[in-house]
Amino acid sequence: MIVEAGTVSFDSISLDNGATLAPVEVAYETYGKLNASKSNAILVLHAFSGDAHAAGISHETGKPGWWDNMIGPGKGFDTNRYFVICTNVLGGCRGTTGPASINPATGCPYGMSFPVITIGDMVRLQKMLVDWFGIPRLLSVSGGSMGGMQALEWAVAYPDRVVSAIPIAATTRHSAQQIAFNEVGRQAIMADPDWNEGNYYGKQPPARGLAVARMVGHITYMSDESMREKFGRRLRGKENFGFGFDVDFEVESYLRYRGSQFVNRFDANSYLYITKAMDYFDLTSGRGSVADALKPAEARFLVISFSSDWLYPSYQSQEMVRALRRRNCDVAYVELQANCGHDSFLVDVAEQAELVRGFLASTFEKVQ
Amino acid sequence: MTAQAPKKQAFVRELLGRSDYAIIGEIVEPGSRVLDLGCGEGELLEWLAANKGVEARGVEKSSARAQRAIARGVSVFQGDIDEALADYPDQAFDYAILSQTLQETVYPRKVLHEMVRVGRRAIVAFPNFAHWAVRASFLRSGRAPNTKAFPYSWYESPNIHFLTVQDFEELAALEGLTVERRFFLSGHRKVKMLPNLRAEVAVYLVRGPGVGDRG
Repeated sequence: MIVEAGTVSFDSISLDNGATLAPVEVAYETYGKLNASKSNAILVLHAFSGDAHAAGISHETGKPGWWDNMIGPGKGFDTNRYFVICTNVLGGCRGTTGPASINPATGCPYGMSFPVITIGDMVRLQKMLVDWFGIPRLLSVSGGSMGGMQALEWAVAYPDRVVSAIPIAATTRHSAQQIAFNEVGRQAIMADPDWNEGNYYGKQPPARGLAVARMVGHITYMSDESMREKFGRRLRGKENFGFGFDVDFEVESYLRYRGSQFVNRFDANSYLYITKAMDYFDLTSGRGSVADALKPAEARFLVISFSSDWLYPSYQSQEMVRALRRRNCDVAYVELQANCGHDSFLVDVAEQAELVRGFLASTFEKVQ
Repeated sequence: MTAQAPKKQAFVRELLGRSDYAIIGEIVEPGSRVLDLGCGEGELLEWLAANKGVEARGVEKSSARAQRAIARGVSVFQGDIDEALADYPDQAFDYAILSQTLQETVYPRKVLHEMVRVGRRAIVAFPNFAHWAVRASFLRSGRAPNTKAFPYSWYESPNIHFLTVQDFEELAALEGLTVERRFFLSGHRKVKMLPNLRAEVAVYLVRGPGVGDRG
């Protein structure tokens, strides 16, 4: 598989809140080869805590990409046939401009002076990169969770630039429950004295707050069933209760470990900005009903949800699909039986890969 | 594609192993928009897309079957027929197809009504419960018929609304539908005389009351 990575700098980007960010950088990776007619490009969109490293083994960390089981030769996104692009989102902390980036006006990190961004802004920056590649139309835009929201935004904001869209475990608008969990995460960070109104760069970061935020997040990504299977009530390295507040249970140990690991790779302010962008996401805002909001979309859709996903439940995908059918759009939908909860789109991918492979092959045939 | 396009003759070639599919394959106009209700793994839609260039959509209740249909490139929605029909705009399709499923629906009259709303025409294929073998089985055994076309015990049969050729004709009249074509099949043969007694399977092409001859 041919892997390339890079960063592109643009003079400026106009944001939904009226501000302008100048300059703006976007980090990307690509897999496979763009064909002569530039008709085989697929943009893969990461979820909340992902980055541009979607596939292959990173030279830097030695770790596989977040969707390595879906992207590669012969996989769901077959890099022998398609040219796959993944970018780090605007507001992120893995190469694309975000709150940890240096504000050229001050010479210091933006911190909380970074403008509040939206999913629409993220997509606008991605579109600038797609233009930079000289790709007239993407064969597909695809992602899970927040990546699925971006795929929907692409289909509505740039209908003539996408042939197909694959929103997975996504929604047309963040629900009260989704906003609520994000708010708990934000409050955990902001309650950490080390957060210091976002001015912690070069000092002690709010590691405890960020770790707690991640722990809550992890619970929402799993299911009751997958947690029972994975941890049950097993004790961690002991026969009996410790009668104290150190780790007793496996599940406590797992969450603490995940929380502490996250701190090493993620910026707390990015957590605030990106979760806010997700919470603001509402395709219907200013556009009427879901069906009205999807009116501009011309893409062919494959929508996938998972039976055990209680964070982005199937009813949200079904609402999206119903609206697309009302518009008489070309849409395929299936709810996959999977017990890993919201994380299913990352870990339980055999059936998902089959669906994506078949859907892309028939879509590619139509544009040839 | 190995399946051959069906020819007009008394003997009906199978299409994908089924003679009613052969009739449907013959009826559907090239380049049309087709909705197959209860499309299974999407074999018929795939054939129609490949051989007739139709724009193919399907509805299938089973997640496993819908998955296989999508994997073969057919746009299938996993859900109930009733619910799916309600969402489509009027006359969104040239044909709404219901193949061997009308007898399995909870509200067959409503389904038929909706089919001619979302489709300019409806193609309905169903097993004829008045076929002589069914009548004979019933008379002989005094039990719920168990035949080649109805191979299930009554307690595990998916068929909940048995109907006959005569019944369909009457429901079509009640709904104000115009029957444009009717085909009766016994095995691989077309039946002309006494269809209610001799047809194992009937295939109807109907259009709704609001749709003119030009469709």
